[in-house]
Amino acid sequence: MPKFNRWWILKPVVFFACLVPTAWLLFDTFTGGLSANPLEDIRDRTGIWTLRFLMITLAVTPFRRITGWSSLIRFRRMLGLFGFFYAFVHLATYVWLDQYFDFAEILKDMFLKRPFIITGFISFLLLVPLAITSTRKWIARLGGSRWQMLHRLIYLGAAAGVLHYYLRVKADIERPVAYAAVLTILLLFRGWHTLQRRRSQSAAEMKAV
Amino acid sequence: MLIQRASDIPSSEITSENLYHNRREFIKTASAVLGIAAAGTIIPGGAPVVGAFAEPQAKKPGAYDTTEKPTPLEDITTYNNYYEFGIDKSDPAKNSRNFKPKPWTVKVEGMCSKPGTYSFDDLLKGLTVEDRIYRMRCVEAWSMVIPWQGIPLADVIKKLEPTSSAKYVEFKTLVDPNQYPEQRRSFFKVLDWPYFEGLRMDEATNPLALFATGIYGKPLPNQNGAPLRLVTPWKYGFKGVKAIVNIRFTDKQPVNTWQQQAAQEYGFYANVNPNVDHPRWTQARERRIGEFFKRPTQMFNGYGEQVAQMYAGMDLRKNY
Repeated sequence: MPKFNRWWILKPVVFFACLVPTAWLLFDTFTGGLSANPLEDIRDRTGIWTLRFLMITLAVTPFRRITGWSSLIRFRRMLGLFGFFYAFVHLATYVWLDQYFDFAEILKDMFLKRPFIITGFISFLLLVPLAITSTRKWIARLGGSRWQMLHRLIYLGAAAGVLHYYLRVKADIERPVAYAAVLTILLLFRGWHTLQRRRSQSAAEMKAV
Repeated sequence: MLIQRASDIPSSEITSENLYHNRREFIKTASAVLGIAAAGTIIPGGAPVVGAFAEPQAKKPGAYDTTEKPTPLEDITTYNNYYEFGIDKSDPAKNSRNFKPKPWTVKVEGMCSKPGTYSFDDLLKGLTVEDRIYRMRCVEAWSMVIPWQGIPLADVIKKLEPTSSAKYVEFKTLVDPNQYPEQRRSFFKVLDWPYFEGLRMDEATNPLALFATGIYGKPLPNQNGAPLRLVTPWKYGFKGVKAIVNIRFTDKQPVNTWQQQAAQEYGFYANVNPNVDHPRWTQARERRIGEFFKRPTQMFNGYGEQVAQMYAGMDLRKNY
């Protein structure tokens, strides 16, 4: 008799939870819940949710290590892909609603003098290979350690995303600084963990000798 | 007590009831457009989609009035920047409910013959409130059309009798941490208070410059700068200093708040100029609130006829 598998329930639950910001945004859009400038609300909210999903994705590993709840790893791909989904919608709002697919204007916007556009775009580009290689097939094709190396690009992608937010605001830097602080903590945890592991490894080697 | 509403506009003409329904129109249009997008069709660039505004009642426009459709009152009062009340554009409406615009006093100082502390009514006594339907272009590249009531700033200045050495006039917003949540902050203070703005004397006495006391025939809402704010429609919106408590005549060019905050991004003049971009975004186009696609921004926000001569010979790239 097959054992009851709770992942069959939990995965869809998390999946639909990740769609709540989308549902909420659509609800507000069609019930007049957005501000007088709804297109910018859509652009800004999808941008913020991109950063939040990147942070949540990056929090999975530290959270697993601290709580010992290892099976959380099963959700990480989904969370990361939702980050990519919100990033894609966010970029689409810029390309469509702000620039109406005027690619000449977009290129000018990026390369002439708008560091916040280019950092946002770089952040998106860094996430593309991660989304593509998120399948099991690709993990097998690349091999675990190479795949892992590649997926460390998320550190850069998230950092570029936070920088993009910081460069965009006028004087209200509190929120981008808060995201930068969260990201720093998440990355420091990894650095600290790696150091610990190396130390215990070399201690083990010493013993072996 | 100053009468806010100009006598020639019955309130029925400016009621925003029907305009309010524009929001519903927008939502309908947005739904339609998003639906089309979902079907994979690309919307051709530049086509205005939202055109279904209810016609405002006919009214003889004043010499400076735009005939464009006014932005609904609902939008004007729920979407604006007023950092003292919070940094989100919905904050002013939420956090200004208990603000007290009465009683109000304005201190007049500096190079003038009539300095002193004036009550709101005394300052504006004997002056006539006029209607002005102006475009408002925010430095953030969105815009509105606002039916203001107010007193031409030139009339106020004339009354205060600046001396011939006065070359500039400065305005300050109230400082009151009890009423303004952002002024209670010590960490991540957004701006240095008080909010501070200035005009060259010829700008201040230009017929377009207005001391606004009302919108849509009603007293100025708290979130829009009650009881008294500056309106200079050829300049970016941040020049419109709100809840004015101080007027000072001086011979030195003032350093306004945003210039002090980021001088490479915001200048003293802040004239609307599609050819001079903000360092971080283009000023060539703007999104008119209620419209789907952006529209081109006009030089001096379309008020060149009234103001361009004041800047003749000036390098507007340097004097942004």
